[in-house]
Amino acid sequence: TSCSRPQTELLFHFLNMADENRRLVEAGRVCLVNFGPLVGKLVVIVNVVDGKRVLVDGPSTVNGVPRQIMPLARLSLTIIKIDIEPGSRLPTLMKAYKAADVQKQWAESSWAKGIAKKAAKTKLSDFDRFKVMVARKTRARVVNTHMKKMLKK
Amino acid sequence: FPPGGVPPPLSPRRNVAKPAKLRESITPGTVLILLSGRFRGKRVVFLKQLESGLLLVTGPYKINGVPLRRINQAFVIATSTKVDVSGADVKKFNDAYFARPKTKATKSADGFFAAESQKQELSADRIADQKAVDAKILDAVKKVEFMKPYLNSRFSLSKGQQPHAMVF
Repeated sequence: TSCSRPQTELLFHFLNMADENRRLVEAGRVCLVNFGPLVGKLVVIVNVVDGKRVLVDGPSTVNGVPRQIMPLARLSLTIIKIDIEPGSRLPTLMKAYKAADVQKQWAESSWAKGIAKKAAKTKLSDFDRFKVMVARKTRARVVNTHMKKMLKK
Repeated sequence: FPPGGVPPPLSPRRNVAKPAKLRESITPGTVLILLSGRFRGKRVVFLKQLESGLLLVTGPYKINGVPLRRINQAFVIATSTKVDVSGADVKKFNDAYFARPKTKATKSADGFFAAESQKQELSADRIADQKAVDAKILDAVKKVEFMKPYLNSRFSLSKGQQPHAMVF
């Protein structure tokens, strides 16, 4: 092989380091739960247990997720981070959470918007689906007639 | 004889089938998707449930060609879309109205093969009834944007669509 395994790993490591928006598993990192009963909820990493597990909190007063240990495999890290010391208790956590305005940051992210879009799509009724189809077709017609005019020139 | 006495024989008509209970999702004015029969895929307006349990529906006829017709609830998807049918008078329609007239068995020389299928001519009454009922419904349909082309379209599943995961 041209590139040995340790070399390729080093290469990926350097490529990741170049990205300013690295997301580290650290106290204060906001994550989205992607598996299990709490799927879809935003949680904050409060402390790291070991290589595979972290201590996580909703915060519990915000979305009802109690402080618990969660495997990292269940979490998708977001770009959002709040400023807390590892092991911060609820009042300090809440203070930092509000200061960073996590809800607003999350809602404005394209990730959250994509999730909302998908959720809205599944809730469409039969009539709604028909209206969406009509809208798509009218838009396509406008675009295509314009395209044809441009191609003719 | 046993001490309590012999119980009376069970009535043979104990297990009479009752007319099907109407699904909660189906109320007068609900748009239904027909799943079988000549008009499969068509979206129609539900009017009322008849005594036999069958559902009375109408296209309206001018929109999608479905006349006043009886449908079995089992072959129908109820959507959440509703049309205002309060103006339509459907009291006169019952199962007897739709019963097929009994044709006398014609014993001709050819037997089964020469059976003249007498095409039932549509009576003027039927057409008048259809128009009377549909008039009010069409008014209501016109008030909702896209309702007319919606009722005119047929339902179909495209790739990736799963009926059990879809909201109707």
